[in-house]
Amino acid sequence: MTAAEIHQPETGAMLTTADGAPLKEALARAMRRARFRAFLLVVPLLIFVLVTFAVPIAQMLYLSIHNPVFSDHMPRLTAYFEAHPDIDVPGEDGFAALALDLAASKKDRSAGRVGTRINYERPGSNSLFKSGARKAAKFKGPPYKEKLLKHRKDWADPHLWNVMKRAAQAHTLGFYAAALDLTYDKKGEITRVAPERRIYVMLFVRTFLLSALIAALCLLLGFPVAYLLANLPLRYSNLLMILVLLPFWTSLLVRTTSWITLLQSQGVLNDLMVATGMVGDDGRIQLMYNQAGTIIAMTHILLPFMILPLYSVMKTIPPSYMRAARSLGATPVTAFMKVYFPQTIPGIGAGCLLVFILAIGYYITPALVGGSTGELISNQIAFHMQSSLNWSLAAALGAILLFGVVLLYWLYDRLIGIDNMKFG
Amino acid sequence: MEESSAFVEFRNVQKSYDGETLVVKDFNLSIAQGEFVTMLGPSGSGKTTCLMMLAGFEPVTHGEILLKGRPINDVPPHKRGIGMVFQNYALFPHMTVAENLAFPLKVRKVSDADVETKVNRALEMVELPGFGNRRPAQLSGGQQQRVAVARALVFDPELILMDEPLGALDKQLREQMQYEIKHIHEELGVTMVYVTHDQAEALTMSDRIAVFEDGVVQQLASPADLYEKPENAFVAGFIGENNRLSGTVKEVDGDVCKVALDEGGTVNAEMVDAGGVGARATLSIRPERVELLGDDGTMPNCVLGRIEELIYLGDHVRIRMTVAGTDEFIVKVRNSADRRDLQEGDEMSIGWRSRDCRALEPIDA
Ligand SMILES: Nc1ncnc2c1ncn2[C@@H]1O[C@H](COP(=O)(O)OP(=O)(O)OP(=O)(O)O)[C@@H](O)[C@H]1O
Ligand SMILES: [Mg+2]
Repeated sequence: MTAAEIHQPETGAMLTTADGAPLKEALARAMRRARFRAFLLVVPLLIFVLVTFAVPIAQMLYLSIHNPVFSDHMPRLTAYFEAHPDIDVPGEDGFAALALDLAASKKDRSAGRVGTRINYERPGSNSLFKSGARKAAKFKGPPYKEKLLKHRKDWADPHLWNVMKRAAQAHTLGFYAAALDLTYDKKGEITRVAPERRIYVMLFVRTFLLSALIAALCLLLGFPVAYLLANLPLRYSNLLMILVLLPFWTSLLVRTTSWITLLQSQGVLNDLMVATGMVGDDGRIQLMYNQAGTIIAMTHILLPFMILPLYSVMKTIPPSYMRAARSLGATPVTAFMKVYFPQTIPGIGAGCLLVFILAIGYYITPALVGGSTGELISNQIAFHMQSSLNWSLAAALGAILLFGVVLLYWLYDRLIGIDNMKFG
Repeated sequence: MEESSAFVEFRNVQKSYDGETLVVKDFNLSIAQGEFVTMLGPSGSGKTTCLMMLAGFEPVTHGEILLKGRPINDVPPHKRGIGMVFQNYALFPHMTVAENLAFPLKVRKVSDADVETKVNRALEMVELPGFGNRRPAQLSGGQQQRVAVARALVFDPELILMDEPLGALDKQLREQMQYEIKHIHEELGVTMVYVTHDQAEALTMSDRIAVFEDGVVQQLASPADLYEKPENAFVAGFIGENNRLSGTVKEVDGDVCKVALDEGGTVNAEMVDAGGVGARATLSIRPERVELLGDDGTMPNCVLGRIEELIYLGDHVRIRMTVAGTDEFIVKVRNSADRRDLQEGDEMSIGWRSRDCRALEPIDA
């Protein structure tokens, strides 16, 4: 109440409308109606976004913590694990459940999927499950443990049982652990994976750093171009605008391929440098299939997304501001820094955010020109979506990425303010 | 050329933007310290261009501009120390009013304490104390205009330029601001160069007015002289209302001449810039200097006219008449107690004094 009192005139009386209702309530009522009307206008879009965007994201988030493959297809073993949570390598009863589930999985052809699920965490399990299922289908009766061990010694591996026990839990944070290079050790405690298998954290860090670097490069290169665009006479600026938009007219693949011809070690740029003697023939610079390739190509591709918001903001800054600043005694540099630049911040914010978020999700370009050092987290997500078919891990990686972006967005809002942003 | 004591001086200044046409042709103007000079002229006549050259934003194509006797052609704008008010105010939108006013002081490295007192003083001068924390967008047009004036004044420049500063305001506010700007000018004794295309504004505010047309100054004179003694047909037509009759010069006798009207009749007129005997001339007569004559009327110049239209305007009546072939002849009659009963279609004699009728060279002769 104290804050409100300060804003009130000396009388301290509540402001009211002509008919005596409190002014604030009347205002709120009027605003509510306007807001409702505005809401009705966006309903179609809202439904569209909900169906095509929000629902899939929710599904993905759920997939990252819920993987029922094992519990669905190995019901007996799942029940056994529930009854014996502390078991390491079980006796005959546990193997009986395993053998019967394997035999059943042979019939409904799910052995491969179960094997794949275990294979995520214990390489080699895929074939073990497939051949084990074939064998188990021929078992006439106990002793199952002995028969299974006769098939492969691996069935007694405590690690395998540890993995299966965890896979039996449909709801798990295991994929998030895996996405952060963590795993459950034999005792079921969270530890970091072996150093040579730690890739995701490093990839996340690299993705965020490279995206920030690309956004910074785009800003550095795009700012002067946007300034020219906004200040040149129309006939020149139109031509320049066409050049800026040119990348949008060509397919992404064509552009990326042309970067390869230009930048590879036997490419145009290196040939030129060798021809002019800048580097020796044996000192050709590696500009492709490494981080340099990713940075160069993505900066080029994302540049328009920086230039356009900058341009649209600069276009609205009349030249009289700079003139006013100079007539007031500011040098050209001071006038630019104190008067022009601050007014472009909404454009800078929008451009950087746009480029950064697009860069975080890019995967075709790094895949084509990035080599292994230029690979980004999206390439791993794509790999798990398409090749390893570990969708839950892909979902967990995606969710972490999403979380990172939301966090950054929140930070941006706190520091600069989303309301100040202008996309064009 | 002799060393002049002028505060600002334009010497034979020419300006071309494209190298093909001269936007300003041979512009000469000297302004004394503390003077209020207005550049008045129709749109596109080069007023802003002259002001921009003085402020340093447009290079001078030919000629020289002197400030306090020093040529400033090569001095960049921020070293000229000229306060400027722009047509759209150009208040920095990302700064508060106080920050806007502090800007010229901060770039001059004035101490923080001085900045505050000066900013407050400037805000008081334009009657906006307590508005320091607002953003320009939170001010009305008139308030923004005052802030723009305050910002141009706050660093105590000796010369202030204003380019149509009141163009965006409504009539009433414009008149009030005219008075306030004039008041500030008198109080501070600064030199002001003011641009407008509103002649009433120019007449009420200025010490001297330069009338621009097509890059040339047609006349530079005090408001009264400009109105009473226009030196050519353009100025006569541009400043105030004016009736035109055309004829041929018959006789010249020093400052006076006799002109034969095309439709017959001869009148006496003041010789201004019309050519010698036999030359064509435009006669310019102000509507309020024409008198309706009774049958007994005596005036050195008499012609017959017919009333076409009567427009009642309260304190005076405007009469549109057909006189000597033109039906656009306007007469203004004071709405006094003894005014005559007039009817449309009435024919009567009208007359004027010889010195109220100026013989000028026709514009398109
Ligand atoms: N930057 C420019 N480039 C080219 N021509 C210009 C430029 N600025 C003005 N001109 C031309 O110069 C002439 C004079 O322009 P100026 O702006 O000085 O007129 P003005 O008297 O201020 O008119 P207004 O009353 O409309 O403001 C015009 O014909 C205009 O087209
Ligand atoms: Mg102008």
